[in-house]
Amino acid sequence: MCLGIPGRIVEMRNEGGLPMGVVDFGGVRREVCLAYVADEVSVGDYAVVHVGFAISKVDEDEARRTYDVLREMGELNDLGWIRDVAEAAASVEVPREQGGASPREAAPELPGADS
Amino acid sequence: MKYLTEYRDPALARSLVERILRVATHRWTLMEVCGGQTHTIVKQGIDEVLADAVEMIHGPGCPVCVTPLEQIDRALHLAARPDVIFTSFGDMLRVPGSRCDLFQIKARGGNVRVVYSPLDALELARGNPDKEVVFFAVGFETTAPANAMAVWRAKQEGVSNFSVLVSHVTVPPAMVAILESPDTRVQGFLAAGHVCTVMGWEEYEPLAGRYQVPIVVTGFEPLDILEGIWMAVRQLEEGRHEVENQYVRSVRREGNRPAQELVSRVFQVVDRGWRGIGVIPASGLGLRPELAAFDAERKFALQSIRAEEPAACRAGDVLRGRMKPFECPAFGTECTPAYPLGAPMVSSEGACAAYYNFGRFRRSAAGD
Amino acid sequence: MASLASGPVCPLPRGEHDRVQLGHGSGGKMSAQLLREHFLPRFGNAHLDRLGDGAVVPVEGGEIVLSTDTFVVSPLEFPGGNIGHLAVHGTVNDLAMMGATPRYLSAGFVLEEGLPFDVMDRILDAMAAAATAAGVVVVTGDTKVVDRGKADGMFVNTTGVGILHGGFRPGPTGARPGDAVLVSGPLGRHGMAVMAVREGFSFESEILSDTANLAPLVDGLRTRVGAAVHVLRDATRGGLASALNEIAGAGGVGVELDDGVVPVPGPVQAACEMLGLDPLYVANEGVLVAFVEAGAAPRALEVLRGFPEGAGAAVVGRVVAEHEGMVVLRTGLGGTRVVDMLPGDQLPRIC
Repeated sequence: MCLGIPGRIVEMRNEGGLPMGVVDFGGVRREVCLAYVADEVSVGDYAVVHVGFAISKVDEDEARRTYDVLREMGELNDLGWIRDVAEAAASVEVPREQGGASPREAAPELPGADS
Repeated sequence: MKYLTEYRDPALARSLVERILRVATHRWTLMEVCGGQTHTIVKQGIDEVLADAVEMIHGPGCPVCVTPLEQIDRALHLAARPDVIFTSFGDMLRVPGSRCDLFQIKARGGNVRVVYSPLDALELARGNPDKEVVFFAVGFETTAPANAMAVWRAKQEGVSNFSVLVSHVTVPPAMVAILESPDTRVQGFLAAGHVCTVMGWEEYEPLAGRYQVPIVVTGFEPLDILEGIWMAVRQLEEGRHEVENQYVRSVRREGNRPAQELVSRVFQVVDRGWRGIGVIPASGLGLRPELAAFDAERKFALQSIRAEEPAACRAGDVLRGRMKPFECPAFGTECTPAYPLGAPMVSSEGACAAYYNFGRFRRSAAGD
Repeated sequence: MASLASGPVCPLPRGEHDRVQLGHGSGGKMSAQLLREHFLPRFGNAHLDRLGDGAVVPVEGGEIVLSTDTFVVSPLEFPGGNIGHLAVHGTVNDLAMMGATPRYLSAGFVLEEGLPFDVMDRILDAMAAAATAAGVVVVTGDTKVVDRGKADGMFVNTTGVGILHGGFRPGPTGARPGDAVLVSGPLGRHGMAVMAVREGFSFESEILSDTANLAPLVDGLRTRVGAAVHVLRDATRGGLASALNEIAGAGGVGVELDDGVVPVPGPVQAACEMLGLDPLYVANEGVLVAFVEAGAAPRALEVLRGFPEGAGAAVVGRVVAEHEGMVVLRTGLGGTRVVDMLPGDQLPRIC
């Protein structure tokens, strides 16, 4: 049972003891019961709504973090071929010359090449 | 739409796909237990593009599909009564009972109404004091808090013409049933993000440990599903079996405590039959005895209605992930969305309907 | 089949679909089946069997187009219009889709006992204004009254006659592989505008029905794109998906849609997300689909965008020779998805 979508709380009120409110979903507004998030939300916050009930407050910091990680992964992927080449190069065995650096130590720093 | 559409970015999705394909050294078998996730996976063709690294088995994640046949028959009986306004979520309307479905009852003159929220059903009860309003309270743990509130408010306000026909099921016992089954191939799970929004993930930790399976709490948009799959595959590659949370913007370990609290005041754990699977002990929710006045089964003496499945429907095997929909002999012939034999072909979240509506092209391209 | 259950049972045996159901009116597969099994065998003739938006019939002196449509929407008034607007625009558009210039309408009314005059007058005012704006005359009509409860306020039928022009014959079977598929505007507005005022669902939004006269757009296509326009259809009940499936089936071709280019206004998308509906299947009342020779597509797009109703026109896909009769969408991920015709109405879901 899954269909829950995030919306912005635009109004909060009390209806006979039941915390209710209005949530805006990208231009569509609906009455939503806020009883299960009442202690943590204020107008302007986002909540996940399922069958007319807010079941969680959207953690905007976490949301941003998730998205940033995904974006970073996307960018790293584009650099992926550079990393693959560098890894392949680094694994080639070259006989050490006296006093010379090993190929691994001499490998160049790649942009954004952390794991 | 904020916090929704950015998780559909096709370029980021493609890069996640590439990442999964690169990290997997082995073809892993994962199961999602959530109709909404099944829908996204099949609709976007996620299982198609990941086929080399992951086989997705679709679990019994559609509460519509697993509602027992006799509960449907009880609903049909109530809906046919002239003194009843029968209210339901839209998904239930075309689920076949032993002899017909709610849509056909409506055609016969039954007062059947689709509502968005259980509070809309309660409102109908307030507005129609001369009728009995029954709400078909179906769902997983996600919907239990909403259904509980409707009953709770009815009790507080003394709305005596309102009752609920309950068919709630819970996810962890179903996962255990699948893991205990001797021929199970499931190596990891995507746990349902909104079920866990309500319940948290504490109860999944012992499962991960006992059965040595990674469990990743996952959202519903393409990027969520892909990230969840990636996290599960990474665990499998590293030999870990933990509970991880992908859906961090909505899920916390303890879940939603006020929601859990009202659910336990209104409902109690009961044994539940899962259509096509059978009775799974302690896998369902029923109304507490002190709320019997709002229990449609008791109010209308429905316990005598019993039912049996038609033999041709192999829903059980599909729901347990033992069989892909197109492997069922009735798929697309005797059983189609227009004339369904069983629930997974009706509900848009059901695996059979998803395959039929989204996947038929792939099958015929494969010369099936 | 199932064994006999003890106790109260459902009186309707499954498989004995012996009566009309709501799904038969959805524009999906059940509607098609109803036509095939009950209506066509009794009325079948070469004109009717083509199942176009209208019928081109020979008369002394040339050919005319006839079309008819019945309107049963409830509620009668909804954001952006009322049943009167639909009654005129619906038939005018059907005539236009056959390539005709609409000229005359008949209007038949079934009025429910108890319908307030002020509601009725608002609807009639709308019809009169829409007819004048469209340059059509309502030349004949009929009214009947039925008992309370027998008609949702009012049912309206309009039948129209239109004049054809030489060399412009878009038709349901005209699609050819390589054709571009265009829509004249954003989808889903009418269906969601009506849904917003439906009991049990109501939500606030700025969504207005897109009911509009599309004949001027067709006229523009006729004069500036001409015979390169192969098929025209207005996408009404069942949405864009149903219209494309019908055209693919009638033409024996496949249709490929691209993800992310089908125009859907933000609030329509939001309302669909909330209810679990797919905008591809939601009803429109002011959107046409055009299948146009690939080379003529840019010109056709320019023509459509020159009209206010066509401001959001876009190319959404193409006709292919593969997967005959099927509409397929390529997802952003590179996967494919069949966009099939639904059996009946799309149901809001919770899963």
